[in-house]
Amino acid sequence: MSSNSPTGPSAGPGADGRSATHFVASLDETPLVETDTVQVSERPSNLWIDAWRDLRVRPMFWISAALIVLVIIVALMPWLFTQTPPNNDCHLSNSNAGPAAGHPLGFTKQGCDIYSRIINGTSTSVSVGFIVIVLTTLLGVVFGAFAGFYGGWVDSILSRLGDIFFSIPYILAAVVIMSVLSQYRSVWSISLAIGVFAWPQTARVLRSEILRVKNADYVMASSALGLSRFKILLKHVLPNSIAPVIVITTISLAAAIVAEASLSFLGVGLGSDIMSWGNDINNAQNDLRTNPQTLILPSIALSLTVFAFISLGEVARDALDPKARALR
Amino acid sequence: MSEPHPTERRAGTRTMDQPLLEIRNLEVGFQTQNGFVPALNGIDLTLMPGQTVAIVGESGSGKSTTAHAIINLLPGSGRITKGEILFEGRNLASLGDREMEDVRGKLVGFVPQDPMSNLNPVWSIGFQVEEAIRANGIASGKDVKKYAIQVLKEAGLADADTRMHQFPHQFSGGMRQRVLIGMGLAARPKLLIADEPTSALDVTVQRVILDHLATLTRDLGTAVLFITHDLGLAAERAEQLVVMYKGRIVESGPSREILENPLHPYTQRLVAAAPSLASRRIVSSGQKLSEADYHPPTSARGMDLIKAAESRAAKNEIERADDSAIVVESLSKVYKIRGEKGEGRHFKAVDDVSFTVQRGTTMALVGESGSGKSTVAKLLLRLEDATQGKIMIDGADIAHLGGRELLSLRRKMQPVFQDPYGSLDPLRNIGNTIAEPLVVHRVGDRASRRKRVSELLDQVALPANLSTRYPNELSGGQRQRVAVARALALKPEIVILDEAVSALDVLVQAQILSLLAELQSELGLTYLFITHDLAVVRVIADQVCVMKRGRIVESSTVDEVFDNPKEEYTQGLLAAIPGANFEFGR
Amino acid sequence: MTGYILRRVLQAIPVFLGTTFLIYFMVFAMPGDPILALFPGRSPDPAVVAQLRAQYHLDQPFIVQYFIYLGGILQGNFGLTFSGEAINDVLARTFPVTARLAGLALTFLAISGILVGLVSGLRKGKLFDATSLAVSLLLISLPIFVIAFVAQFVFGIQLGWARTTVGSGAPTADLILPAVVLASASFAQIMRLTRASVIETAGLDFVRTAYSKGLSRGRVIPVHILRNSLIPVVTYLGTDFGTLLVGATITEGIFNVPGVGNTLFQAIKRGEGPTVVSFVTVMVLLYLVVNLLVDLLYGLLDPRIRYVK
Repeated sequence: MSSNSPTGPSAGPGADGRSATHFVASLDETPLVETDTVQVSERPSNLWIDAWRDLRVRPMFWISAALIVLVIIVALMPWLFTQTPPNNDCHLSNSNAGPAAGHPLGFTKQGCDIYSRIINGTSTSVSVGFIVIVLTTLLGVVFGAFAGFYGGWVDSILSRLGDIFFSIPYILAAVVIMSVLSQYRSVWSISLAIGVFAWPQTARVLRSEILRVKNADYVMASSALGLSRFKILLKHVLPNSIAPVIVITTISLAAAIVAEASLSFLGVGLGSDIMSWGNDINNAQNDLRTNPQTLILPSIALSLTVFAFISLGEVARDALDPKARALR
Repeated sequence: MSEPHPTERRAGTRTMDQPLLEIRNLEVGFQTQNGFVPALNGIDLTLMPGQTVAIVGESGSGKSTTAHAIINLLPGSGRITKGEILFEGRNLASLGDREMEDVRGKLVGFVPQDPMSNLNPVWSIGFQVEEAIRANGIASGKDVKKYAIQVLKEAGLADADTRMHQFPHQFSGGMRQRVLIGMGLAARPKLLIADEPTSALDVTVQRVILDHLATLTRDLGTAVLFITHDLGLAAERAEQLVVMYKGRIVESGPSREILENPLHPYTQRLVAAAPSLASRRIVSSGQKLSEADYHPPTSARGMDLIKAAESRAAKNEIERADDSAIVVESLSKVYKIRGEKGEGRHFKAVDDVSFTVQRGTTMALVGESGSGKSTVAKLLLRLEDATQGKIMIDGADIAHLGGRELLSLRRKMQPVFQDPYGSLDPLRNIGNTIAEPLVVHRVGDRASRRKRVSELLDQVALPANLSTRYPNELSGGQRQRVAVARALALKPEIVILDEAVSALDVLVQAQILSLLAELQSELGLTYLFITHDLAVVRVIADQVCVMKRGRIVESSTVDEVFDNPKEEYTQGLLAAIPGANFEFGR
Repeated sequence: MTGYILRRVLQAIPVFLGTTFLIYFMVFAMPGDPILALFPGRSPDPAVVAQLRAQYHLDQPFIVQYFIYLGGILQGNFGLTFSGEAINDVLARTFPVTARLAGLALTFLAISGILVGLVSGLRKGKLFDATSLAVSLLLISLPIFVIAFVAQFVFGIQLGWARTTVGSGAPTADLILPAVVLASASFAQIMRLTRASVIETAGLDFVRTAYSKGLSRGRVIPVHILRNSLIPVVTYLGTDFGTLLVGATITEGIFNVPGVGNTLFQAIKRGEGPTVVSFVTVMVLLYLVVNLLVDLLYGLLDPRIRYVK
């Protein structure tokens, strides 16, 4: 390159300052590659494969996944963690007492074992979370998919309906529903009360994703093949627009757990016969000055569970959404 | 400067034979997840005052990186690792932020590529021009607005004073590009970097704007560094050419010399593949070149467009018989759209269009954006229903086909669409994508489908082991090959190519065009080739229909349209093919 | 712009009808006697029941009941509280306090969320960014009542910097801690949205073009990056107003702020169904109005919306 570089003496400006000589790089230094050769990576890769490769090297993924597994095991099998009954072994003599043998976290005002109450309250939170997301995902996917894919008047009607439900903050709606359903306070009714107003979020996310995907050339190519509209929705459009729904679902699960605790805290959640962190926080709120651990400990359990699901949603978003990946 | 004189020539303090810009051994790299990736490997370049130099290269060649490095606006993690950028003897690569701000705009102007994304949508045009003027201290107080109007008028916005307060989205692409040119030249820089300034615009608009830019910079004595992927355009607009390939300069020198006598094999490939040059050369030699007149460089085998065009023409002259595959009669499509005040309005996307395509030939449908050419494709494919008119495929009216008949029509006619990144389902592997037509039409069993997929991959010159791979592992050209393979899976008679090569780099484009030509002669396919690029038409098509605002304005054989265009519009399109001012010496 | 305003207002009408209908439906289409259901675990005074039956026109068919109720809302009549006070009078008394609290909270939120988001976005991947992302993840995981109790415990009880409950007349100094709590619940979302928006905008072509014109960072960051990044943030504020309403209810309850939220909080706690329904209706209407205003603000911020083609 040095012998005939364009800035070298031979390539310098001519007398009029306009012309330069014809320079060619040596072929050794600029080897020519065959146009558009196929170079594939060692292993196949697509969105899901790449997402998994991304996830498995992130500590945050393993931390949140481990926490979630732990929470689910506690919810399904509380007896593995404590033998102390949460309700029936309360002695006022233990009121607000500190940790004791077999009671690592101390006692509530009523003299109940805090540790046992936390362990036994887990299943309530987790159940509400899962029932709500099943409900919101079902409603959200059906509404979002049909509105986005079929467009026109279907979209107008479904989207307006979604707007109406979206315009009542779901906790306020649940407050009203649970006030009316005061006779029927159970895990199912509270999940229903939350889920019925929480689905528009999922529907909106899916709808906008479908709007993006449905005009892709591959969708048109499949129509030109004669694949029916519904099959195109199922085979091409939904699979390519479901990733953000997974993210929003994970985060909704956490939001549902918070909603249940908030409603129980407000006193319109679950009945006092059902173990719930929200109920315990509600019962302890006047003891903040005297016995803060009765309030703080269930709060920590609640926050850790919420944290686990939210972080899982966040790392999943990072892995699945190229736009989110760019933000990292 | 209290009294701005926009047309005043900047008096150079340095003598004219000192280089204005001298890049020495410039190296630039980007930090990525996979480590440091070099983008420029030792670039040397000299630009004299008032001179126009063009850098030509494909995407990824480093041409835009060079431009951005000069004004130190490399995106993201990019940085200069070695070398000097001497501007009037001062090394720009070593300047601090503040000093660089004084260089940008004032000494070096910049005109970016895409007029749609380069103006801030939330500020008015006037605001954005005025802030440039203020930042460079050209005028102050009330003069700023006066000067801004002057700058915009100069750039070709005659009604600048009344449109100053409008927002970018209220301007057409061409008008926005004029605004950007005005801003780039507002401070009378000594050097203007124009990074593909018109590639996002319609061809006729492109030409007008480039002419205007050339006049302006000549009058102002501004040197121009012109960056483009189009060799023909570069040769037409610059005295000096610099050809870049994979972060290096492979050839540089006077434009004419390089086009007439390309020395580096890469340049030879480019010269052979550029459709603008190929079509221009066919025109300039009067008639088709004979085999003896033209010796394609050996390195350009398989990508020589002229050869491809000739072999096609020869074949078709023998076979041409009256056997129409597609007959379109007074086809119209009306859309209901919302007008300015939300009222319902009718928009005629396709207006009384008629044409016939003979079996085994290629009909090109040419038009600028919004001409309705893609709507015709959708109507033909029955993706949408026509408002009026008739479409006959193999003599059968397709309007009322249903069920099985429609399926067999679809089997006969398959499309390839434009966007190489959207043409394949990202979640399906290549094998399943190509096999989808067979599955939908229930052709064969699993084993025979697999065999057919390998066959098809072979036909489009892709290795068979690609079938387990996913689209994101392939380049744009390879994806389009897969799309072609999928279209051919059902052995159709007709293939509708909707801008199928428009998004590809020239060499890849040439490869796909050759592939399409080969497949046509091998399988006797009929093509409807939809494009905005008249240059490509010359090498691929037999017949041409030129569309404008939903109507066909001219329709004839390719030779007739190129040699003897009747309509003013067609003449304009032809004149806009780059290389019009460039005479081949042979 | 007028066309845009008109269209948005027209679009809000079916949503208004829908939401009010939905609330009414939730209360009065449930199985059993709605009046009795609204008083869980006790038998209300027959006089109160009669008064409520009259107020809600329960002898009429359901749809007629709804329209009578709707007529009441349109005239600004939201009925009476459990103790017989007009809801309107309660609102007139409590709303100014809530407005002050919300104003403070929004100010904290806008300043901290947008500022931290901006700096984070501009210094993507640096220590400041990593720290603020971690803090925001923590804040998202904490339900607002937990934040409120922690704040009460740390700043009120342990450090003694603030009062754990608001004094009479709700002096603004006492509202600072509840306002910070209220703001912190939305801080994380606003900060992250601003950050994402800043990173995206900073990579857009027109920002590079702005630099190429010779503009300084001090000009480009506020005028071209921040200005454009605020559009999605402002839109989000509308949606987030729902979180703010619920948050205000809980925060006012915990800190005993004499505002609208606290009135609702106490009504819920005491199981005063009709009052709850009335206040929820008021809040939903407020939410609708705020979202309409945000949409109009959106039109002001984004000229592409203002001048539709």
